[in-house]
Amino acid sequence: MMKIKKLTKHFGGIKAVNDCSFIVKKNTITALIGPNGAGKSTVFNLISGIIKENSGQIIFNGKDITHLSPEKVSNSGISRLFQQTRLFNNLTVRENLLLALDNEDTKFWKNLFSRDKTIKEKLKKIKEMLKLIEMGEFENELTRNLSYGQKRLIELIRTILNPHQFLILDEPVAGVNPKLRKNINKILINLKNQGETILLIEHDMNFTLNIADVIIVLEKGKVIAEGTPKDIRINPKVLEIYLGE
Amino acid sequence: MIEAYFIHLLILLGIYLILAFSLQLTIGFTGLLNLGHIAFYAIGAYASALLTLNGFPFLIGLTVAGIITMLFGFLLSIPTKKLKGDYFALATLGFSFVIYAVALNWTSLTKGSLGLSGIPKPTILGFSFSSNLSFFILTSIIVIFSYVVIKRIISSPFGRVLEATRDDELAVKVLGKNTFKMKSVSLMISAFFAGIAGSLYAHYITYIDPSSFTMLQLIPILSIVIIGGLASLKGTIIATIILVLLSEPLRFIGFPSSIVGPMRQIIYALILLLILIYKPKGFYGKVELE
Repeated sequence: MMKIKKLTKHFGGIKAVNDCSFIVKKNTITALIGPNGAGKSTVFNLISGIIKENSGQIIFNGKDITHLSPEKVSNSGISRLFQQTRLFNNLTVRENLLLALDNEDTKFWKNLFSRDKTIKEKLKKIKEMLKLIEMGEFENELTRNLSYGQKRLIELIRTILNPHQFLILDEPVAGVNPKLRKNINKILINLKNQGETILLIEHDMNFTLNIADVIIVLEKGKVIAEGTPKDIRINPKVLEIYLGE
Repeated sequence: MIEAYFIHLLILLGIYLILAFSLQLTIGFTGLLNLGHIAFYAIGAYASALLTLNGFPFLIGLTVAGIITMLFGFLLSIPTKKLKGDYFALATLGFSFVIYAVALNWTSLTKGSLGLSGIPKPTILGFSFSSNLSFFILTSIIVIFSYVVIKRIISSPFGRVLEATRDDELAVKVLGKNTFKMKSVSLMISAFFAGIAGSLYAHYITYIDPSSFTMLQLIPILSIVIIGGLASLKGTIIATIILVLLSEPLRFIGFPSSIVGPMRQIIYALILLLILIYKPKGFYGKVELE
């Protein structure tokens, strides 16, 4: 589904991503792990078109998306969750989620002369998703009034509602309490069972080893190991570099 | 006499409302600190005045003024594509200085500081809007039109994207929206209505010169947007009424006009200061001023 080929990104003299190559197979949950500064978030920024590479290629569904802008990457079917919460704080939960569903309905002239005919359908979908994360009563709340964990959940739901074939999630459970963590785990497993493909970054090793089908370990911008959670658990290189054992 | 003065005030109120609604669209709803609004107002006034002085009917002058100004809005959106906050404000401020300099120095077209006089009062399908009452009706219709259009825009999914862009542009891009296009359209619509307001002003006063379109004229409109509250049309209406009418009693106290002008600026500055200290969001603002 996605091929990262010899991707390199320098920031001045620092090689954040260095000749990095890996493949994400369809209908899998792949986790990208590594110590702080390993280049995980930079890889995500390169995939989402936020920063441009120095060399290398990103192939998604057979198409080269390396030079696409963030909105074109999104429209090609990749939906991203950021490491830091990026909700629209002056809008309500409902408005934040509608923004993910509005893709075809934001044309100026269409908006000026006709009403949004799909609004009922969208609101139904939003209610269902909010029920799933037990946040139905917050639909009309401004997102700036929510707690960190609640914001994280709303943003995750927004990422899922954004039309996609591939999800990239940067630390989806960071700062989230154990109960919500279980909910997120359940949601991601459900998505995979429905045929979705997910690439995630997560520092919580228990969460990652439980949920991932494949784990890719990055160190200094390079892939140093790749395999199933079982393989990674006993990989001496990983234990030495990542876990410090 | 009092009645004629009152109608005159209502006409000015209407022109200010159109200017404030359209500025609210860019500043309050899109998060673009547009200090070039007064330049759009000037372009609309000059375009309409020049066309009607050359024999074109008022309706053509009004429409073309809106369209030309909209095109300038589009042109301004290209170099300012990647600018935000203070940088966008500075670029648009520069634009307003350029337009002012053009109005002052392109004397073969604008007559420079002499200004354009004898701008005809509007006539539509043989009906003349030469009396203040009929001009007030015309202004009211355009005020309602601008309110309805802007309200419609901000209540739609398109408006939602504008507001999201104000809050976090990168997050909007990652949701697959072309923010440049959206911001361009917002600036164009805002410019269109400022141009229409300029046309109304030119045909109401029947004389324009560059001094009608300086930063001093922008301050009251900007104050209205901030005092009314960012992203609130209701607040904009209330603030316009207060700011336009508040300084009027000064005329009746008997101060000479050389004092009334500066007093008005002092009142605007005082209200603005008090609002920023005690009510940073303005009357009905959704967003706090950063």
